Amino acid sequence: MENSNKKEVRLMKGNEALAEAAIRAGIKAYFGYPITPQSEILEYFTEQAPKRNFTVLQAESEVASINMIYGAAGAGARVMTSSSSPGVSLMQEGISYIATAELPCLIVNITRGGPGLGTIQPSQGDYFQSVKGGGHGDYKLIVLAPSSVQEMADFVFEGFKLAEKYRNPALILADGALGQMMEKLVLPEEGSLPHVTPDWATIGKTKDRERNVITSLHIQPEKMEAVNHHLQEKYKAMEQEVRFEEYFMDDAEIVFVAFGLSARICQKAVDIVREKGIKAGLIRPITLFPFPKQRIADAAQNAAGFMVVEMNAGQMVEDVQLAVNGKCPVYFKGRMGGMIPTPEEIAVELEAKFIHHEEEV
Amino acid sequence: MIKGTVLIATDICKGCELCVAACPQHCLTLSKQINTKGYRFAELKNEECTGCVNCALVCPDAAITVYRQAKIKKAV
Amino acid sequence: MEANILDNLEVVYQKPETLTDTPFHYCPGCGHGVAHRVIMEVVEELGIQDQTIGVAPVGCSVFAYHYMNVDMQEAAHGRASAAATGIKRVLPDKYVFSYQGDGDLAAIGTAETIHTVNRGENILMVFVNNAIYGMTGGQMAPTSLCGQVTSTSPYGREATQIGFPLKITELIAQLPGAYFVARHAVHTPNAVRKLKKALKSAFEYQKLNKGTCFIEIVSNCPSGWKMNPLDSQKWIEENMFPMYPLGDIKVPGKSTTPSTENN
Repeated sequence: MENSNKKEVRLMKGNEALAEAAIRAGIKAYFGYPITPQSEILEYFTEQAPKRNFTVLQAESEVASINMIYGAAGAGARVMTSSSSPGVSLMQEGISYIATAELPCLIVNITRGGPGLGTIQPSQGDYFQSVKGGGHGDYKLIVLAPSSVQEMADFVFEGFKLAEKYRNPALILADGALGQMMEKLVLPEEGSLPHVTPDWATIGKTKDRERNVITSLHIQPEKMEAVNHHLQEKYKAMEQEVRFEEYFMDDAEIVFVAFGLSARICQKAVDIVREKGIKAGLIRPITLFPFPKQRIADAAQNAAGFMVVEMNAGQMVEDVQLAVNGKCPVYFKGRMGGMIPTPEEIAVELEAKFIHHEEEV
Repeated sequence: MIKGTVLIATDICKGCELCVAACPQHCLTLSKQINTKGYRFAELKNEECTGCVNCALVCPDAAITVYRQAKIKKAV
Repeated sequence: MEANILDNLEVVYQKPETLTDTPFHYCPGCGHGVAHRVIMEVVEELGIQDQTIGVAPVGCSVFAYHYMNVDMQEAAHGRASAAATGIKRVLPDKYVFSYQGDGDLAAIGTAETIHTVNRGENILMVFVNNAIYGMTGGQMAPTSLCGQVTSTSPYGREATQIGFPLKITELIAQLPGAYFVARHAVHTPNAVRKLKKALKSAFEYQKLNKGTCFIEIVSNCPSGWKMNPLDSQKWIEENMFPMYPLGDIKVPGKSTTPSTENN
C-alpha cells in the first residue's frame, strides 16, 4: 500500500472516501449491514481491515449494528456505523440509548428516497429524523451535511472530534448521489486525530476506582429529569459549533437556503439568476444541528425573501421559517422520491415566486 | 461432629424460606419478629448447624455467612 | 451467640466482594439473586474483576449493574449479545458476559442471540429462563409451557394459537460457533454447585477463543407464577425440567451435534 501519511489527491467515490477517512481517523471498529446506496462503505472496510488495524463486522441487521456500536463505544473505542434511510430508521431505538448514555460515535446516513422501502435514488427526506432526535425522547445528534466528496472525508474527522468533545453521537447526513459520485479530494492525514480511552469507559474495573456503568435507565423521575436537564444544557453548548457556508450573500436580496447536494445545485441556480440581474445568494447550513438560525435571522432583516430547496416535501424549510420569524416570505422548492431538482427548474421557481409573485408556502 | 454456625443479614432477608428447606440439619426457621422491610427473617433455632453451606448456596439475597469450626490442631 | 465460639470458627462461605452492598430488588425467593451471586463468585475466584465487563438486559435483571461490582453496560431490550459483541470486538483480551432473561434473549433478541453464537463470539451468554415476563407483570414468555397460565395466556398457553415453548438452548447448540452449551438450575444447593462449576469453565474457555459459551439457568418466578418460593421450586422440578432438562448440551471435545462439526 502506498504511503498513506502523504497528502495526496485522489479520485474517489464519496462512500469510499468516507470509509478511507474513517480508517485514517483511527477507527477501532465498524459495524454495519449492507443497504443501497452505501454498501461500498462496508465493502471498503472489509477489504481494508486485514491490512490495517481495525475491526469490521457485517452484522445481522442494523438493529444489531447500532447496539454493537453502543457496546464498543461504551468500551471507549472510536467506532462508527453507516446505513441508508430504512436502515437508519431501524437504528433509532439504539441511537436514543447511545445519546442518553452519552456515547461518542459516528453514524452515517447515505439517504435514499422514501417513505417506506421507497427507492434507492438520493433524497433528503431524513432531515427531520436526523435533526429532531429521530427516536424516542428528547435528544439531539450533531448533524453534519457534506456537499462534496472532499467533505464526505473531512466530516468523518469533524464528526469524531465533535462527538468526542461533547460525548454525543454525530451523524453525517449525505445522500445516495454524494455516496456514489466520484470527485477528486485530498485525503486527511492518517494519525492526525489522537484518541484517548475515556475514564468512563467499561474496560474492566480496577481496584482504584468504582465500577463504570453505561446506561440510559434512570427509573427515578427526579434523576431522569436531571439527566434531561444535563443533556439539554449540552445541546445548548453545542450551538457554538454551528457551521455554514455562504455564496454571493454580500448583496443578496433573495436568499436560497439548501444543504448537501441541494446546495450544490442552488449554487448553479444563483449563477443562472444573477446573469439575469437578480441578486440571489445562498446560505448552506453545514451543521444541521446546531442549525445556523442566527445567520438566517440576520439575513432576514434585509432580504426580500427566502427560497428553501430540498429533496423532500419540505422539512428544513420549517427551521428556516422559525429563524426568519415572519420577517419576509419563505418559499419552498422540493423534489421527492429520489428526484433531483435541476438548477434551471430552481431558477424558474425563484422567478415565479419573486418576479411573478406566486403564493407563499 | 463438625460444628458450624451462620450469620444472617436479617435486614436484607426476605423470608423466602429456601434456606430453611435446604438445611439438612433442620436448624433454620423463620423468626416471629419482622425486619424493617416487613419480612419474617431466617434465624437459627438450634445448635445443630454443621456449616455445610447449603443455606447460603440457595439464598437469593446473599444474606448468609457460614462459619465452621477450625480443625483442632493436636497439641505438640 | 457466644463470642468464644465464633473465635474458633472460620468463614467457609460469605458474599463475594464482587457483589456490591446494594440489596437485591428481586421478589422473595427469586433465582436471579442466586444467579447474580454465583457469576460474581466465579469472577472473584478467578481474580478477573478488573478484566470483566458485563451486559445487563431489559427485564427483571435490568438493574444487574447495581449489584455486580464490575464494569457494566445496560443494553436495549434483546440486544445484550450485540452490545457484548461490540465490547469484545474492541477489547478482545477481556472477559465479556451478557445476562438475559427469556423474553430478552429468546423473543425480541432471537436474531442477535442466534447470530452472536453463530459468529462464535468469545463471550459468555447467561440465559435465565423462568418461563414468564416478570418485570412487566407476568405475561407469557417464549419459553412458557403449554397450558401455563399467564396474564396474556389466561386460559393456558395454547400451542396451536401461539406456538410452542422455544427451546433456544438446544437451537444454539446446533451452531458451529457454540463451544460450550449447558443447562443448569439454582433450586437446590447441588444445582447451584453444578452451575458454578459450569460458569467457571465458561469464563475460563473464553481465553481459548474457541467460540461462544452459553449457559441457561432454569429459574423460578414465584410472583409471576403466583405461588410461594418453596412451591415454585417444586414446580420447576415437576413442570420445567421435563421440557428443559438439566445437563451439558454441547461440551468441548465431544460432538453432541455431529452435523455441525466442520473440521
